[in-house]
Amino acid sequence: MIHIDNVSKCYHTRFGRRTVLDRVSLRLERGRNIGILGRNGAGKSTLIRLLSGAERPTSGRIVRNMSVSWPLAFGGAFQENLTGLDNLKFVCRIHGVDYRPLVKFVEDFTELGIYFREPVNHYSHGMVTRLAFALSMAVEFDCFLIDEAMVVGDVRFHERCHVELFHKRKDRAFVLVSHDPNVIKLYCERACVLVDGRLHEFSTVDAAYEFYEGLPGGPVTAPVEV
Amino acid sequence: MNTGVIRPTSGFWRSLTIQKRVIRALLMREIITRFGRHNVGVLWLIGEPMIFTLGIATLWSVAHLVHGGGGIPVVAFAVTGYSSVLMWRNSVSHCCNAVQQNINLLYHRNVRVIDVLITRVLVEISGATASFIILSLFFIAIGWISPPVDLALVLGGWLMLAWFGASLALTIGSLTSYSRIVERLWHPTAYLLFPMSGAAFMVEWLPRGLQETVQYLPMVHGVELLRKGYFGNAVRTHFDIEYMAMCCTVLTFVGLLLARDAARRVEVE
Repeated sequence: MIHIDNVSKCYHTRFGRRTVLDRVSLRLERGRNIGILGRNGAGKSTLIRLLSGAERPTSGRIVRNMSVSWPLAFGGAFQENLTGLDNLKFVCRIHGVDYRPLVKFVEDFTELGIYFREPVNHYSHGMVTRLAFALSMAVEFDCFLIDEAMVVGDVRFHERCHVELFHKRKDRAFVLVSHDPNVIKLYCERACVLVDGRLHEFSTVDAAYEFYEGLPGGPVTAPVEV
Repeated sequence: MNTGVIRPTSGFWRSLTIQKRVIRALLMREIITRFGRHNVGVLWLIGEPMIFTLGIATLWSVAHLVHGGGGIPVVAFAVTGYSSVLMWRNSVSHCCNAVQQNINLLYHRNVRVIDVLITRVLVEISGATASFIILSLFFIAIGWISPPVDLALVLGGWLMLAWFGASLALTIGSLTSYSRIVERLWHPTAYLLFPMSGAAFMVEWLPRGLQETVQYLPMVHGVELLRKGYFGNAVRTHFDIEYMAMCCTVLTFVGLLLARDAARRVEVE
C-alpha cells in the first residue's frame, strides 16, 4: 500500500512561496492502479517526484509499504558518461539485484546494439528512453510510476512497453499521470483530477473524465492515438 | 528473466543493509566516472601530491632553507604536510555541490543525500590515504626519508585527520545546497587555511602567541600528532587530541543535521 497523507509541497520562487500540491491525500493498494489527470502545471510531475522519493513533502507524509520505481522511462536518472551496461549495473546494485541475468533482456529490448557498451551521452533521445524503460523493467518493483509525457517513442516502442508493463506485469500497482483522459481511460481502473494542486477523487474514470472536460477553459482532449 | 520482486524495507538493520549497498554502488560509479575505464585517472591520485612534494623538496633544497626545527628532513616534512592538507581539502572540495551534481540519482528511491556525501568523502579519504602510503613507501625505498618512528601515532593522527575531513565535508557539502556562495567562499578559505593548517610549519617554530592562535584550528593537532609519529623525539610537538575530537564531534553532528535538512529542501529537475 502507498498512503499519501495530507501532503503539501511548496517551492520558493522569486515571487514568494508557491504551493504546487495542496493537502493531497490518496491511497493505493497493492496490485491496483490509479490515473491522475491534470493539465500542464497542475502538479502532476511534482506528485510523481514526491512518490519516487526524489523530493520530500513540505508537510504531510507518504507511507510506502511497496517498493516504488523511479518515473518510468525517465532518462535523467542516469549517468551520461557511463555506458548503458554500466547504468544497468548501477541500478541493479542500488536495488540489490544481480545484473547478469538481465543483460540479455535489456539488450534485446533496447535494440541498442554496440551502443549498449557506449557512453549514454552518445545516445539519441529515443535510445535513452528505451534504455530507461528497460532498466525500469529490470528491477521488479511492486509499483510503477508513469509520467505519460516521458514515455515518448514510436508506435513499436509503445507496443512493446505496453506488453512489458500491462501484460507481463499486470499484477503490479501503478500510478499513471497524464493530461490526456484517453490514456487514463485505456489503462486505469479509477482516476483523480489535479486542479491547481488540489486532488479530486472519483470512483470511476468516467466521472473523472466528465469533471476534467467540464473544467473552465473548455475541453482539453485532443485526438491522440496510443 | 527477472530476479524476485524487491521488497520494501523497514527497520534499522535493513536500512543499514540498503545504505551499504547504495554506497557501494555509488562508489563504483564514482570511481569509473572520476578515474575512467583505463585507470590512468587513478595515477593522478598519486601523481599530483607526488609532483607537489617533489616541487617543495626541490625548492627548499635549492633555497637552502633551514628551518627552526633543524634537522627535519624536508621531504618527509612535505609528505606529511601535504598529505594532511589533501585529507580535509579534497574531501570538502568534492562534497561542494555533490548533491546538485547527483541530484537525479535521488529519483532512485534508496539513494539519499547523505549517501552521496558519504561516497564522496570515502573516495577522497581513500585517495589521500593511498597517496600518503605510496609516497611514503616510495621515498623510504629510495632512501630519501626514514620509516616512521611510531606507526601507531601516525595511524592515530591520520584517523583524526580523516574524521576532521569527513565532518567538515559533510557540513560544507550540505551548506552548498543552500547557497552557491558557500562554495565560492570555500575556495579562498581553503587557500588561507593551507598555510595555517600546520602543513608548512611545526607549532614549535612559531612565537608563543601565534602558537596558541593556530591551535584553535583542529587540523593542526592532527598534523602534529602525525609528525610526532613520523619523527618521534626529533621534534617537539604540541597537540590536544581531546580538543580536536571535540571539534570533530560537533562538526559531525552539525553536518548530519544539515544533511538531513538539505534532503528536505532538495529540488530535482
